[in-house]
Parts: sequence; structure tokens; C-alpha cells
Amino acid sequence: MRRVVAVATKELHQIVRDQRTLAILLLFPAFILLIYGYALNFDIRDVRLAVQDHDRSTASRELVSAFVNSGYFGLVGYVDADADLDRLVNTNQARAVLVIPARFDRDVETRTPTTVQVVIDGDNANTASTVMGYAQAIVAEFSTALVLRAVTPGGPSGALLTLEPRIWYNPQLRSTLFLVPGLIAFIAMITAVVSTALSVVREKERGTMEQIRMSPIGPVSFILGKTVPYLALSFVSALLILFTARLLFDLPMRGSWGLLCGSILLFLVGAQAQGLLISTIASSQQVAFQVALLSSFLPTFILSGFIFPISSMPLVVQGVSHIVPARYFLVALRAIVLKGAGLPAFWEQLVFLAIFATVALSLASLRLTREWT
Amino acid sequence: MAAIDVRGLTRRFGGFVAVDDLSFTVESGEIFGFLGANGAGKSTTIRMLCGLLRPTVGTALVGGIDVAKDPEGVKRRIGYMSQKFSLYELLTVDQNIEFWGGIYGLSGARLAARRQFVLEMAGLNGREATLTRDLPGGWRQRLALGCAILHEPSIVFLDEPTGGVDPLSRRQFWDLIDRMSAAGTTVLVTTHYLDEAEHCHRIAIIQAGKLAALGTATELKHVFSDRPIIEVQAVHPVAALEALDRLPDVEKTSLFGTSVHAVLRSAQEPEEIIRRALAAAGLEARSVTRVMPSLEDVFLDVVERAGAA
Repeated sequence: MRRVVAVATKELHQIVRDQRTLAILLLFPAFILLIYGYALNFDIRDVRLAVQDHDRSTASRELVSAFVNSGYFGLVGYVDADADLDRLVNTNQARAVLVIPARFDRDVETRTPTTVQVVIDGDNANTASTVMGYAQAIVAEFSTALVLRAVTPGGPSGALLTLEPRIWYNPQLRSTLFLVPGLIAFIAMITAVVSTALSVVREKERGTMEQIRMSPIGPVSFILGKTVPYLALSFVSALLILFTARLLFDLPMRGSWGLLCGSILLFLVGAQAQGLLISTIASSQQVAFQVALLSSFLPTFILSGFIFPISSMPLVVQGVSHIVPARYFLVALRAIVLKGAGLPAFWEQLVFLAIFATVALSLASLRLTREWT
Repeated sequence: MAAIDVRGLTRRFGGFVAVDDLSFTVESGEIFGFLGANGAGKSTTIRMLCGLLRPTVGTALVGGIDVAKDPEGVKRRIGYMSQKFSLYELLTVDQNIEFWGGIYGLSGARLAARRQFVLEMAGLNGREATLTRDLPGGWRQRLALGCAILHEPSIVFLDEPTGGVDPLSRRQFWDLIDRMSAAGTTVLVTTHYLDEAEHCHRIAIIQAGKLAALGTATELKHVFSDRPIIEVQAVHPVAALEALDRLPDVEKTSLFGTSVHAVLRSAQEPEEIIRRALAAAGLEARSVTRVMPSLEDVFLDVVERAGAA
């Protein structure tokens, strides 16, 4: 025990002295959070809309109002010639153009089925499909109102049956609320894996490992002493991100702090075990750094459900995602922070995290013990 | 009881025999030099003696403990220092002492006393708060030695301890080793510097994992007792070397700076033989004198013979 304390104290001294690493560990996460938190935003509002109105009637103006009043579109102007339409889209002045045919008003009056066209700039497929969805919804609503008015003059002007959606936990559907827990997992994973991976290889590279092995300290005490300070540091770093997110992005905290801290610690232990494993295999700090970064960055970014839903991935990829600890942590984190859920809602995730940590720790200590003697 | 007792020590790595049937003993308080070319098996031997590597065959008792049976017990009783600096550069002098003290289980009054001892020994009083990184090489070396003997081990292993250090610091370092030995500590040291080996009470030369020679420096030099070494200061050293090489009485020749060393097969009037040969070849020599063999001569000779055998 005294030896563990000696190693931990030494490690703390080194961390404090190595201010560059310390700054990276503590500030880099908040920095990433800022960048990603503001840049990664899937909400689309105020789509620039141009209108080519061949009808210029009351009905056509009503349709345009329906688009503008929806809040999703902002009118940039009317165009007449097709050439103008091309120009507006090409120069990005308009992302969508609503084309209303002549005789629109008359067709509406005579209850003849008619079509309106929406031209959408498809250079960003995601945005385009979202914009298309908005347009479809607005036109459908407009159409229903027309039909109702025709069928029951003087009756209700809206639909008889309306869907009133209630979106729990994130009523405004702000994508930040969905992304920030993912970011916390993402950043915590990277910092924990990288810092741990470097800390052991550094000793190998400098030759101090040889001296340690000649001394009467066993691999387990050594590893314990080495990881505890980094665990504490990563934990502080994770909490810092959490508080930054609460401050900047109004991230709620609906669940229990105890559960949250417990889940974070469990996740960090697993991440550190992964770092240790890399450390026992890598030959230099450079290799360790790259492997640590790649093995934490990519899977956590792509395969954890951070951005891309796992359920829509090919089956094989879904299978692979099971070895990504962030996958489990994210479910738990979202459950605690956004839903205020208790242990029964996500205990399986914690079990998987514990399994990951145990397997990775066993592999790491196996490798280290073999290397030790 | 011998401090180190090695019998038939062998270590194989797959088909490669790194250490081959090594046997020797080191007495308490002795400074035991371990010489050998790179890859001769020095480090492998030290690692076995320190409990880091299991011997394939044979036994080694260090401080009376079998290294194969109780490597942890061995580690607690020995000190080890290598040429690769074992100190943490980002820690201060004091923090390094504190860390290694903790690793060896020292605390309280004992740690304080040992800390004072190390600071004095290394001449680092007043520099406790200096970063190890900023210490000159010689100081770092002494601090590393100090940290290796914090727990007052009776046996100390030094693996090329003076690599890359200036001559004055090397001198001071060897003074420390002499003092440790005088106080009863057993020191086993490997080195590349043959002048340093002269400090050792006894020297073992190993070649290809085998013990090629063992004895005091004087004893080792006896291999040249009936093979005189003649030093020739010639005007044209290379021509003289070639002429002497052809002589049946000359076993081998080598260039030492601008002079030529020739080893003769018999001790009968060696200077005369050389002078006559040079005169016959029409070469001028400023001086022809018999010299004492150096440890370097001995080392090269032993390694050559072991390689030929």
C-alpha cells in the first residue's frame, strides 16, 4: 500500500510539473465541447425560400404565408423567370424555391387536384431531406384545410383529427441535448485512454521501467499507483465538461448525481484499462499516442450512437459496436441526465461497462505481468 | 558465506544460449568487475542475479537467497543502478529520493536519515529542490546511486554506471564505490572502461556467455608473463607493423596510436629480435622497449582466444 501511494504521489508530481499535459487534460475537453457543441447542430430553421408564383392569386398567397408562418422558411423574394430561379439557387441565396402553377386558384376553387413544386438545393442531402419533410407537412396541412372548407362550408377550418406530439425530455427537439452527453463520453474516453497509454510507455522509453522492475514493487501495485491519479484527473475533467455543458447548453440534470458519478467512474476505469493495454503493447510514446487516439476517437465517434443511431447500422457493424464502451455509457448518461431515470432503466449498460473494464484490465495485467518477469 | 554464489548458471532464449554454464563467487565487500563485449551476456547475467529473469539451468544465491525461488526477496536486498538514468527527470532531487524511498518501504526517521546520507554522498545539499533534469551528469549519476542504495542493501549491482560522464565525475563515482566496499558492501559492476576495471578487486571476462577469464588484474596480466609485449616507436609505423607481422617469433601486432605493439611467442631477448628484424627491413626505429600489459591487452587477448577456441 505504501508503494502504491509512493507511485501515485510521484505520478502527481510529474503531472503537476508537466503543465502541457495537464493543460491538455483539463482544457482540451472544454475546448472540444465548445467547438462541437456549437458547430454540431442538426436543427434547420429559416430556410431561405424564393417563390415563383405563376398565379398571383389569393390562394397562392395563402400557400406562401403557410410556408413563412411555419417558422421553418424565410422568404427571400419572388422570381419570375426560370433563369432567376437558377441564379438564386446557384448563388446560395435560396435553398428552396416554391413554384406555384398558373390556374392554382381556379383549380382550388373547382376542386381539381393540382400540384405545387418545391425545388430544393440537394448539395447537403441531410438538410435537403429535412427541408423536404417540412414542405410536405406544410402542403399536406394546407390541402386538408382546403378539403375541409369545401366539404363543410362554415365548419371547422382545421383538421378534425390533429396529432398533438409531445416530445419528452427534449420538447424543443434541440439536437444539442442529444449531442452533449455523447460529447462528454467522447471527450472523456479520449483523454482517459491517451493519458494512461502514455504514462506507462513513457517509463519504458526513459528506462525508468527497468529500474522499477528491479525494485520490490509488483506490477499490480505499480499499475494501481499509476492509474489512480489519472482516474481522478479524468473524473475532474469529465465533471468540468458536464458543468460547462450545463452552463452553455442548458443541459439538464434530472437524475441522481451519485448514479452519474458512479457511471462516469466505471466508464473511465474501462477507458484506462484500454489505455493500459495499449501501453503494454506499444513500443514508443508516439505509437501509443496514435493507437490510443485512433482506438478511442473513431469507435466512440462512429459506433457509440453518439451521432449515428446504432439501430440503423448494418448488422455486422451493430455487432462490432458492442465492444465500444461508450455505447453503454451513452445510454446510461442520457438516461440519467435527460430522463432522470433510475438504476432499473439502465443497469444492463453498467453491467456491460463493468465487463468491458474487467476484460481490458485482465488483458492489460496479463501482458504486464508477462513483461515484468 | 559468499555474497554471490553462481553455479552452472545458464540462460537460453529459444535456441540461443545467452549465458552458458557460468560459475563464480563474489565475497562480501568485494568489488567484482564484469567485463565483456556488447552481447557477451553481461546484462542477462545481471538480470538473473537481480531476480528479473529466471535461469534456465543452474543456481545463483544472492545474499544467500536463491534467485529462482525468491526473486522478490532478492529484489528487497539488493540495489541496482544502470547507465540508463533511473531517475525521474521531471521530479526534484528530493521527490526522487522520496519516491524511491517509498518504493523500498522507507518512511519516517529512517527515510529522513537516509535522505541526508544521499544528499551528502552526492554533494547535493542545498539543491534538494532542483529538477533532476537540470543537474549535470555527474551529480545525476551520484543521485541515481544514492537512490539505489537508500535501503542500505548489502549487495549492489551497477550496470555500466559511468556511461557518458566526464573523467572527473567518473573518478568521484569510483571513490564512492571504493568507500561502499570499504564499509562492507559487495559491488558487482560492469563497465566498458578498462581503466575503471583496475579498481576492481577481481575481474571476470565473459565471451559468448562463457567465463573466459577470472582473477585479479595482476593475475589476469600473467597471460603475458612468457609472451613479452614490445612497443616500437617507428618512423613509418605501418611499414614496421607489416614487417613484424611476417616474423615467425611474433604472435600478433597492433597499432596503439603512433606506436606498434608486438606480442612475441617467447621471452628470449625479445627486444633484440625486433631490432634485428627492423634493421633487416631497412626501417628506422626511435625506440624499442618492453612494456607491461594493460587490461586492454588482456581483454583483447582473452576475447580473441575464447573466440578462436
